[in-house]
Amino acid sequence: MSPISRGFLGRRPQADAARVPPGQYLTRDFPVLSAGPTPHTPLDEWTFLIAGAVDHPVSWTWDELLALPAETPTVDIHCVTKWSKLDTRWKGVSVDTLLENVETEAEYVTAWCDGGYTTNLPLEDLTDGKAWIAYEYDGTPLAPEHGGPARLLVPHLYFWKSAKWIRGLTLTLDDEPGFWEIYGYHNYGDPWREQRYQGDR
Amino acid sequence: MGAPSPLRWRLGAVLEVIEETPHAKTIVLEVPDWPGHVAGQHVDIRLTAEDGYQTERSFSIGSPPEQSTVELTVERIDDGEVSPYLTEELRLGDELELRGPVGGYFNWRNEDGGPLLLIAGGSGLVPLMAMLRHRAATASTVDARLLLSARSLEDVLYREELGELAAGDGLAAHCTLTREPPPHWEGFARRIDAEMLNTVGPAPARGPRIYVCGPSAFVERAADLLVAVGHAPAAIRTERFGPTGG
Repeated sequence: MSPISRGFLGRRPQADAARVPPGQYLTRDFPVLSAGPTPHTPLDEWTFLIAGAVDHPVSWTWDELLALPAETPTVDIHCVTKWSKLDTRWKGVSVDTLLENVETEAEYVTAWCDGGYTTNLPLEDLTDGKAWIAYEYDGTPLAPEHGGPARLLVPHLYFWKSAKWIRGLTLTLDDEPGFWEIYGYHNYGDPWREQRYQGDR
Repeated sequence: MGAPSPLRWRLGAVLEVIEETPHAKTIVLEVPDWPGHVAGQHVDIRLTAEDGYQTERSFSIGSPPEQSTVELTVERIDDGEVSPYLTEELRLGDELELRGPVGGYFNWRNEDGGPLLLIAGGSGLVPLMAMLRHRAATASTVDARLLLSARSLEDVLYREELGELAAGDGLAAHCTLTREPPPHWEGFARRIDAEMLNTVGPAPARGPRIYVCGPSAFVERAADLLVAVGHAPAAIRTERFGPTGG
């Protein structure tokens, strides 16, 4: 039981309180979290690769990715640094579409990115309409500081799992902690259970 | 390896509130059983209203690991929810709920060595100050360069202490004032640019460890410039806070 902070009035969310996980506050801005400089890979050198524990690796060029059937999810996002943003509008390719012709026994995925960032997720958190490779935000191409040209979008987990500047998914039989997961963040990162840091239940 | 133990919430007692600038205060906390921290880490603060409503924010630790108290320097964001409470309402003897330390990447330990290049925008100086204080507390003479960008001289945090630290061995502290340089100001008076980075050094060939902290747009610009003048992207560690960090 937390003690009362003397004189603290607070500013409760105006609406949709049920959509804001514990410890989060709503923002209309779009803050940025990243550990290093923003990479700038030319689109003609950009590819997206699915490899690892798969029967055959598959890859797409930028133009090939854009030619795939796209979806336009509107989702709430929650950053471990405490902000949440409701009804964000994206366009991208469902991970289900990318995995359509991939045979695998893998149960985990490492998303890897330009700049060296990685993050790990259970494969089942990326399938059945739960995740996208997103390349548009709010009707415009995704800005570099927000992960453009393309980022992973997995809105049901804390947003560090939605890896910016994504270049591929490596499917793995074992769970291999990624960048922030090694540096102290929670391995899974469910915002509704407030799994921010290692050891959070 | 067993499961890591959870970071538990602790109650820190406010020992002192220090006015650093017209917009920023340092809160000195005594935290029972503080597990210790590394320079560059932050804590989460949780406030609870009488009806049970709670909110959390993160704040960088400014004090070095060698100090027994934990110091947070908080810049007031006028329309913020938490920072005005911390800078205007919180007073001596109050208790503050916190957990940490948090963050395993934006860290510097004496044994990591140098050279060091620290670049701060405004109150982004706070975690970098923990590094400089740690450097001083361990009597390190590692080559360290600080470049601080502030709007005006009165916005510069820890000004006297920075002067004292820079009088010691191996630290060069530079400041650029982007809005209101005072008369006869001899430092930089513009937004950071490549020429400024080259003047501050160290040269990319010396492979400095680089830490950049500040508002998002500042960090974006500084990191892009660092890459453009030849620093290795992997050597550049960034920590950003958004306009809604308050």
